[in-house]
Amino acid sequence: MTMPSSEKKKAGFVQWVDERLPVFSFINKELVDYPTPRNLSYWWNFGSLAGVVLVVMILTGIFLAMFYTPHVDHAFNSVERIMREVNYGWLIRYIHMNGASMFFVVVYIHMFRGLYYGSYKAPRELLWILGVVIFLLMMATAFMGYVLPWGQMSYWGATVITNLFSAIPLIGDSIVTWLWGGFSVANPTLNRFFALHYLFPFLIVGVVFLHLIALHQHGSNNPLGIDAKKPGDKIPFHPYYTVKDLLGLGVLLMVWGSFVFFAPNFFGEPDNYIPADPLVTPEHIVPEWYFLPFYAILRSVPDKLGGVVLMFSAVFILTLMPWLDRSPIRSARFRPLYKVLFWIFVATCLILGWVGSQKPEGLPLIFGRIATVYYFIHFLVFVPLLNRIERPLPLPESLQKKSVPSVKGGASS
Amino acid sequence: MQNDETLKIDQEQPELIHKSRRDFLILATSAVGVVGTSGFIWPFVKSMNPAADVLALASIELDLKPIQVGQAITVMWRGRPLFIRHRTAQEIQEAKNVNLADLVDPQSDDERFKQYPQWLVVVGVCTHLGCVPSGQKPSDNRGQYGGWYCPCHGSVYDISGRIRGGPAPRNLEVPPYTFLNETTLKVG
Repeated sequence: MTMPSSEKKKAGFVQWVDERLPVFSFINKELVDYPTPRNLSYWWNFGSLAGVVLVVMILTGIFLAMFYTPHVDHAFNSVERIMREVNYGWLIRYIHMNGASMFFVVVYIHMFRGLYYGSYKAPRELLWILGVVIFLLMMATAFMGYVLPWGQMSYWGATVITNLFSAIPLIGDSIVTWLWGGFSVANPTLNRFFALHYLFPFLIVGVVFLHLIALHQHGSNNPLGIDAKKPGDKIPFHPYYTVKDLLGLGVLLMVWGSFVFFAPNFFGEPDNYIPADPLVTPEHIVPEWYFLPFYAILRSVPDKLGGVVLMFSAVFILTLMPWLDRSPIRSARFRPLYKVLFWIFVATCLILGWVGSQKPEGLPLIFGRIATVYYFIHFLVFVPLLNRIERPLPLPESLQKKSVPSVKGGASS
Repeated sequence: MQNDETLKIDQEQPELIHKSRRDFLILATSAVGVVGTSGFIWPFVKSMNPAADVLALASIELDLKPIQVGQAITVMWRGRPLFIRHRTAQEIQEAKNVNLADLVDPQSDDERFKQYPQWLVVVGVCTHLGCVPSGQKPSDNRGQYGGWYCPCHGSVYDISGRIRGGPAPRNLEVPPYTFLNETTLKVG
């Protein structure tokens, strides 16, 4: 690709470095001149926002690790010490705590945007699968981080989640003993979760780089879901999208800040302010809100192995999305039936989230079972079938054509 | 393409005809590499298994004298709660009367205790995902079978610690234990 500004000769020091280590050319190619569709909406902000949250999480995490003690006798107290004694410790901890929630909010929106606009379709299948890998790593990281304060929810959440592996026939129990480093969740478990919680974010950074390489190979998708054809279809990333992303970042920081300063424990469970007690399970144990839909699927199945298999399948089925959805039209804007299915699917996920927060009996249990079945029917039956019966609306010719008239024209036909 | 090339080389340089020997060498070298790498990985994996001090678990001895009929106590054993329940005559009768065909994990009450039917000793860990079922205090929710109720995912156990409802697959585990005398219990 020929970029006008890369032709410019850089002067002095920059050029000297660039000839030996082409960092400046790289930044220029991938962040400044990088051609981006001209019609991206604010739904395209959430990728860069996720990146910023990841950086803040790593930063606050490293500083928290300077004061945290990963030992069952000291973990809870060391967190309280961070809150009371360490300079700005309360701030760093609350940013980190609420940051996890912000991370999942942003990433869930990012994922649903991908599902709506067909961003998983050719040639972006590997980009999508890498995204699912990041999602899995995020869940593992968040889970292990939540164990560290060693409160009641930490302890019992850790017990329940590690016990999931005991459902595996034959080798299940050995795997659980291996994960625990003993016969129950105890000090060896806390110790290794701390080590892995420190490691995993850097694995995420690694996969994020692969994610970005895969993205930049073909460039971003866009709300119309058609490829750029004309020269003016794409504009340089900087300053147009750096500014747009910065606006989004400002909004995110306002939301994040309001939670940190005015409702720091909104997302948390009060029971985690009780030190872990291996003899008493809290009356109502629930995971963090971002695990609730998957937790609801787990509990909807009246069979241990079945529940575990279905819960993991709920995540892994996402990797198949590029092959389950055979429609050549990417954007749901031109797919009247898929659009309806998409919103029903969003509602299903929200219902599952609510069910996960309720006790597994009565109405929530029934709703949970229906929603679980529908979750899989959506992927395995409706999405593959849709391509046969759906008549897509006519696509606009280029990104520069105003999309609104052509959508209207399409709807009338 | 590669085969054609090697064939040409073989014709020009007859000493390379013994290609299979070199292929074998590559195979053998790779095999040694794989074995070596696996051998190197093994200690790292193994290091996460229970350490010696964790494995060195003492057994515990308990005095059952203070436990009243109908009372249950919880003690810590191997990092997990142990339930010891002094069952009433009515509860024992109830446990005996259960039809084995109704059970998820069929076990008669006789298989659930040793020597004394009034003493039920089970590991207080739900066989579903490891929570501690409630039911040790009479005021606790004991579920519809008067035994234990797990708050995590709603598993219900009867007065013999047998699974009766919910997602748990097995009865509460009976640990290895012996009675040293009528009122002293040794677990482990």
